[in-house]
Amino acid sequence: MPFSLLKFGLNKDYPFEQIADLPGPTDLKSHYDVVIIGGGGHGVATAYYLAKYHGITNIAVLEKAYLGGGNTARNTAVIRSNYLTSAGVRFYTESVKLYERLSNEFDFNIMYSQRGQLTLAHTDATVRAFRQRAEVNKHFGGRTELIDRQAVGDLVPSLNLDPAGLPILAGLWHLDGATARHDAVAWGYAKGATQRGVELHQLTEVTRVDIEAGRVTGVQTNRGKVSCGCVVQAVSGLSADVSKMAGFPLPIVAYPLQAMVTQPVKPFLDPHVSSSALHCYVHQTSRGEIVIGGGSDPYPLYGTRSTLELKEGLIASAVEMFPFMSEMRLMRQWAGITDMTSDYSPIMGLSPVENYYLDAGWGTWGFKATPICGVTMAELVASGGKVPDLITPFSLDRFDAFRQVNEMGATAASH
Amino acid sequence: MKILTCPLNGPRNIAEFTYGGQVKPMPNPSEATDQEWAHYVFYGDNHIGVVREWWMHTPSSYWFIVERHNQTDEVIRTYDPAELFDVGASPAAEPTGADS
Ligand SMILES: Cc1cc2nc3c(=O)[nH]c(=O)nc-3n(C[C@H](O)[C@H](O)[C@H](O)COP(=O)(O)OP(=O)(O)OC[C@H]3O[C@@H](n4cnc5c(N)ncnc54)[C@H](O)[C@@H]3O)c2cc1C
Repeated sequence: MPFSLLKFGLNKDYPFEQIADLPGPTDLKSHYDVVIIGGGGHGVATAYYLAKYHGITNIAVLEKAYLGGGNTARNTAVIRSNYLTSAGVRFYTESVKLYERLSNEFDFNIMYSQRGQLTLAHTDATVRAFRQRAEVNKHFGGRTELIDRQAVGDLVPSLNLDPAGLPILAGLWHLDGATARHDAVAWGYAKGATQRGVELHQLTEVTRVDIEAGRVTGVQTNRGKVSCGCVVQAVSGLSADVSKMAGFPLPIVAYPLQAMVTQPVKPFLDPHVSSSALHCYVHQTSRGEIVIGGGSDPYPLYGTRSTLELKEGLIASAVEMFPFMSEMRLMRQWAGITDMTSDYSPIMGLSPVENYYLDAGWGTWGFKATPICGVTMAELVASGGKVPDLITPFSLDRFDAFRQVNEMGATAASH
Repeated sequence: MKILTCPLNGPRNIAEFTYGGQVKPMPNPSEATDQEWAHYVFYGDNHIGVVREWWMHTPSSYWFIVERHNQTDEVIRTYDPAELFDVGASPAAEPTGADS
């Protein structure tokens, strides 16, 4: 690096201009071995690992808008593995491990920042649930401990220990809790995938899925028709509407999720702080802005509008936790459409259509899973439908069998 | 502020209401197979379009029906459940004319 920097300093021309990160647009080919619907983090990660580990490169990622412009661009970038069920914790722990080395793997800085996540307990019931989560997390190699009220105060001196008449009894301190730059994750995977021959087609919307005798044979897009060997669906908020094109329903309901950031201030908050009783979580970005997020909208909608009621509620809780924030100004606010399942776990693996694979039901918690989704979905596709161990609990048919993977208590407002 | 028109109380701030889920025909619990029942519990009409839903005006505990477009959030119609259900019939009764 220092040598190339020196060369750059001595060079008259700007030497990097010609080397675009992503290849320019091309025509669609008539056939691909794999078509991936959705150019979010999950879609491009799947393409990346298919090319990297399985030598499959005749792949088209079809994105109706632009790369990583869906929920990948809208999330609050919380990465953690301290869930409740062993199936969930095992899966998310693997994702955290992949994230830890992702900047090196890409040779591209995703600004992975492991500053810990602190979840607050305001009731005895929550303290009991925390004990369970700490032990499950430790068992699968994560770093989580239960800390008392005084330790919470020591860790985050600016935190009000008695917010909204709900005294803080204890905290779940997850040392592996982290954030990353979400756009960079999508770009890193897209760059790595296209360098290996994958085609990324932006402004390309899948409008029909062709099925013959229970198998998908191709898709229709606004830019023409392509045939394919198989399809991976990774469209987050629109999951239920896209699966309808393939002819089957999903047990998913679309809810808006809203978030916002304040103006930047000097660093005062190291960890991510979350309270599901207050339906609010807060962290400070490396630029100094305070990110504020919380629970979903009160009723379903395929829309990204914001509401004053929800924003006011979030701000009220954030100010209860950090009273001095009442002086701060909001800078941006937004929403995304989230594909919610009733057990707060994803739907991954096989579908009723033989060669049509699902990566859906990611709701409000799927950014942290981007790398491991890519790895496991690639394995599933490359093996022609052999479901990897790590994702068997998340199968679509678990609903018919009442085999839910209940992460409700571990997600609610904390993602 | 979004306004929802309650058939009993008139136009009110939507914050006064509680969403109660979709109106779905319930299979007969003693006759339905496990799969039919699971389908009733977990699946619904979740495509983009007009949906029929239960809502409650929270302060008056009054339940009613809303027809709403789930992408534009436009409320098409609100009405008393008596229009759909045979009041006084057994709870397993299916709403008349409901498309699942
Ligand atoms: C406000 C908010 C905060 C969140 N916070 C967190 C968090 O802190 N931590 C966490 O882990 N998760 C969080 N999430 C959830 C997370 O963002 C998502 O689960 C994750 O980004 C999903 O990634 P994806 O690649 O599957 O979907 P997306 O990034 O949404 O990509 C799907 C893509 O599919 C495209 N598409 C849809 N239909 C079609 C079609 N017919 N043809 C072609 N393309 C199509 C869309 O345009 C989109 O780009 C949050 C979500 C929101 C909205």
